[in-house]
Amino acid sequence: MVTRGFTGRQRSPDIAKRLPPGQSLTDVFPVLSAGPTPHIRTEDWSFTLKVGPKPLARWDWAQFNALPQTKQTRDIHCVTKWSKLDTPWEGVLIDDILAAAGLDAPPSQFTLAHSFDGYSTNVPTADLVGGKAMIALRYEGKPLPPDHGGPARLLVPHLYFWKSAKWVSGLQFTERDEAGFWELRGYHIYGDPWREQRFTGD
Amino acid sequence: MTDAAANLQGDGGLRWQEAAISAIVPQTPRIKSFFFELSRPFAFRAGQHVDVRLTAPDMYQAERSYSIASAPHSQQGLELVIERLDDGEVSPFFHDVAEVGDDIELRGPIGGHFVWEVADGGPLLLLGGGSGVVPLMSMIRDRASHHSRVPVVLLFSARTFDDVLFRDELLALDARGDGFNLALALTREPVRRADDYGRRVDTAMLTELLAKLPEPPKQVFVCGSNPFVEAAADATIAAGVAASLIRTERYGG
Repeated sequence: MVTRGFTGRQRSPDIAKRLPPGQSLTDVFPVLSAGPTPHIRTEDWSFTLKVGPKPLARWDWAQFNALPQTKQTRDIHCVTKWSKLDTPWEGVLIDDILAAAGLDAPPSQFTLAHSFDGYSTNVPTADLVGGKAMIALRYEGKPLPPDHGGPARLLVPHLYFWKSAKWVSGLQFTERDEAGFWELRGYHIYGDPWREQRFTGD
Repeated sequence: MTDAAANLQGDGGLRWQEAAISAIVPQTPRIKSFFFELSRPFAFRAGQHVDVRLTAPDMYQAERSYSIASAPHSQQGLELVIERLDDGEVSPFFHDVAEVGDDIELRGPIGGHFVWEVADGGPLLLLGGGSGVVPLMSMIRDRASHHSRVPVVLLFSARTFDDVLFRDELLALDARGDGFNLALALTREPVRRADDYGRRVDTAMLTELLAKLPEPPKQVFVCGSNPFVEAAADATIAAGVAASLIRTERYGG
């Protein structure tokens, strides 16, 4: 349905082809979260890899920073309709975390990311490996600020950004696809921006 | 898990629908309320939002999310509050072009976390900055329409007295003495009422506001810009409230 009198902003074709449907470009970096920003000291920080309920490996801040570091510049897309292009991140690829834990292959098809504030989000394991995702420690060359998820957040840039869990404390491999915080509250179980999978049923 | 999923239609998804603008009401110099008559009415809970979609003749579409200001079961239609952002794409359309009778596509309700209903009880501490008061207004109106006496304190931070959205309605509710308490924090103007504050939100303010509740809050809802939400949530925690009781929604995203 064409909306009477609406033309929309002038759009450059170069930018338009990088914006998924319904998204608009932002130059700032908006902050969204379900609760207050937790302030986690790096001396209290740790990252745990679990298979089901069983811990498999755990790193403290120094150990985690000693893992191979990778830089990635990616476009990101928030379900609240903003997209930001060419965002520069640095952190540890999930592939490198698995290798450091001595795993040749991921233990299961599904993963639940957990955060220090109780948040969780589910991502198919295939979307985390092959260089597609990292635990990001730095943004624009600087430590990740608390309101953007610091000390560390999951970065899965090809899915809506609620999947990139802030204040991440670990990854848990699960046998089944278990819905996380927003997925239990009506948001899409997968969340592909290019298929506009915002809500259950999209 | 008591949160219900978003409103699921028969086909398992949130469907777009056409909604006619039934009234446009200026609220402050930069903010107008738009009332919509839904072609397929839906039930919602106070605090939820809808997505609005505008389509250009070349089929380009812009989408935005807006919190619902009206109470569930309101007879006046679904009320959305839209602030005019000069460099915006959608809000100038609503302020300068949209007229009563126009059909607008929307879908909802969305969001199962920043929600409250009378059965959830209280006391409630509500902290709103600017147009961040909108989802809190739906909660306050829901409470009033149920003649609930759940104790509520609303702190509303605005630049000036004239920027206080829903000011007359809030002052009237405050005067009822039914357990609803309004405090304004004006950041660019001296205060006019004894219980208001002429400064930004801080811990001392939150300590005083918490003392107005008969017991510690069961839930705290904070909505506004990111700097407001950060300051208000941090001050609430510093004043002794557990972070787990605080739910936030941030505008500008």
